[in-house]
Amino acid sequence: MFIVRHRKFFYALSVLLVILAVLALSVWGLKPGIDFKGGSLVEVEYPLGAWPAIETIKANLDSLNLGAYSVRETGQSGLLVRTGELSPEMHEAVLIELSDKGIRAEEKRFNSIGPVLGREALQKSWISVIMVLIAIVLFITFAFRKVSEPVSSWKYALIAIVALIHDVVIPSGVFAFLGFVAGFETDTLFVTALLVILGFSVHDTIVVFDRVRENLRHDKENKQKKSFENIVGESINQTFVRSVNTSLTTLIAIFVLYLIGPEATRHFALTLIIGIVAGTYSSIFIGSPLLVTVYKWQERQKK
Amino acid sequence: MWKKRVSALLLLALAFGVAYFAYDKNGKTDEVSRLETSRFPYKLGLDLSGGTHLVFQADTASLAAGEIADSMSALAEVVERRVNLFGVSEPLVQVEEGGTVGNTEHRLIVELPGVTDVRQAVEMIGKTPTLDFRLVRAGAENMTEEERALATVDDVFLPTGLTGRYLKHATLQFDPTTYAPVVGIEFNDEGGALFAKITKENVGKALGIFLDGSPISTPVIRQEITSKEAVISGDFKLEEAKTLVRNLNYGALPVPISLVSTQTVGATLGEGALYASINAGFIAFIAVALFLIFWYRVPGIVATVALVIYIALNLALFKLIPVTLTSAGIAGFILSLGMAVDANILIFERMKEELRRGLALPEAVKEGFHRAWLSIRDSNSSSIITAVILYYFASTPVVRGFALVFGLGVIVSMFTAITASRTLLMAIGGKGESQTTRFFFGSGAGSGMNPGINSAAAKK
Repeated sequence: MFIVRHRKFFYALSVLLVILAVLALSVWGLKPGIDFKGGSLVEVEYPLGAWPAIETIKANLDSLNLGAYSVRETGQSGLLVRTGELSPEMHEAVLIELSDKGIRAEEKRFNSIGPVLGREALQKSWISVIMVLIAIVLFITFAFRKVSEPVSSWKYALIAIVALIHDVVIPSGVFAFLGFVAGFETDTLFVTALLVILGFSVHDTIVVFDRVRENLRHDKENKQKKSFENIVGESINQTFVRSVNTSLTTLIAIFVLYLIGPEATRHFALTLIIGIVAGTYSSIFIGSPLLVTVYKWQERQKK
Repeated sequence: MWKKRVSALLLLALAFGVAYFAYDKNGKTDEVSRLETSRFPYKLGLDLSGGTHLVFQADTASLAAGEIADSMSALAEVVERRVNLFGVSEPLVQVEEGGTVGNTEHRLIVELPGVTDVRQAVEMIGKTPTLDFRLVRAGAENMTEEERALATVDDVFLPTGLTGRYLKHATLQFDPTTYAPVVGIEFNDEGGALFAKITKENVGKALGIFLDGSPISTPVIRQEITSKEAVISGDFKLEEAKTLVRNLNYGALPVPISLVSTQTVGATLGEGALYASINAGFIAFIAVALFLIFWYRVPGIVATVALVIYIALNLALFKLIPVTLTSAGIAGFILSLGMAVDANILIFERMKEELRRGLALPEAVKEGFHRAWLSIRDSNSSSIITAVILYYFASTPVVRGFALVFGLGVIVSMFTAITASRTLLMAIGGKGESQTTRFFFGSGAGSGMNPGINSAAAKK
């Protein structure tokens, strides 16, 4: 009951976080990686202790007329070079420049994506985001088609969507911030993580709503006439431990992935961690209390 | 009761069998020997095994819509043969349709495990011996040596439209009089007709045979040739002639292609990523299991056993389907591992509630199961929907790899929840009605404070 009673406090916290995230997104924006805008990425590693100065490498690379490029240190003795799309010949030339002065740079990976493929990836990402949103709204409406009292089923869906937006905007905001501070780029895995968060958060919200559904039916059968507020509060209490525990086991697994998993999925894991925390919060502190708020609005309008 | 126990034992035996299948005997030490020896090996993506992934864009502008599919599969065949010639083990060549909405692009995906020299790889795929036949322009025969040196190829020769596209077959032959190696070519029907027409209309003129844009020989046409056959007699050495025959046969790409994406992962990085992934999976499992056992006690152990069965089933499926495992895929598996526990948690929480309401343990298990099932079904559906959409609208192969493993994981988790968890819980939760049993089936840090036990005790 505590949660339903103090819902305004929890709303305020979420609103504040969402505003901060939206600000971060509008001021800094998300930095698209080569997945989306095309370009090349070369990662090389030097023998330990033989790390050349970035200035030397930059001077070497300048002779190639690469256009805009960036060089960043990575790992213990590696360099990450981002450029426009490189032809196989230019790629070889870049490698030669990176290995200058007898220090052999071992290439660890090379990615090159044409701008056309990038645009296509961006478009496909949008399509999948939109499809997932539509599918989830339809699914919730369907799952709750039998519950129309006292809040109609499409409102359940709408509230779930509000919670979803919350869960996706917050990690996006964090990534906009990290993009500004630490040069984090967004790639197709980032979008994938957001979609997984959508699925996870809905999953969580559904479990609570499901409880509300069951308790409503129970109340009706036993003619207890509990207030809607009470029923929602009870449902949250009953599912609280489960919500937290499920999120915890998932978080434990993802956190391990973040800490010791491969570099390739580190940002992916980070996005998931932020999103799952936001998702658990929203399904407990936002989703179900919003049901009560919507219900109260309805009541007020009836009067 | 005995029936339940026997089925639980059977389940465990079955799970053991699956786990044995999933277990790789020599997987720890030697990647290569493992890949070659096991009949159902794990398939590793290039990001874990090292290698190059290339995407070529095919230029289909000159082809009629109906011809595209055939030409693309012919292209894939040619590229595959060419890749095989260079001794790449287990290459993958496949045609893919892509492009933005309303604009279909045709692409060729080439995966070369173990190859990290991109330039060499692209050369061996893209280097096409283009063969074509050109007529010497009227008047060009009379050019002086100096004029000829200044003139471009186009000044002298006129393309006939007869190219390597119409080639059916090339063979190594020997000139019957000089025994010099020559290359015999046979055109297909269309090419043969064209060849007949050209030779018929241009008797007495010189026909240049061009390879890669430069003339090899310019025989003079003596009469109409209807046999669809021609002989290229350049001043070949035996090896050259052999190479040319091979390139002509395996060579001519039916569709021009250009490289649009390259991804290369060095073997060391791949291996590092593989071990990091395996370690992460293993430690994630241990951490989740510890949490479950600490929080849920006996049911926690059951959940852990169920989780082991879940992992074994998944790994077995990875082998059988087979699923190409990438870093993103393994991340999806680790994620699904954390989520798979959810079904068990739902069941246990429900069970505890029923216990609190004063139900006996067997009924509590049954009720808890029954009531949790709807939630399990509904909540997993959303993840399955996400996985399916991600799979079909995957923007990159990375995303597709993730979606497949993730979706599979969610489905398998539902399956293990209704089979393994239920069977095991029923088998051990059968008769106990003592405080101790209730304690072990309870949960939470401080058991004395557990209201379930207090109220149950009060009821007695």
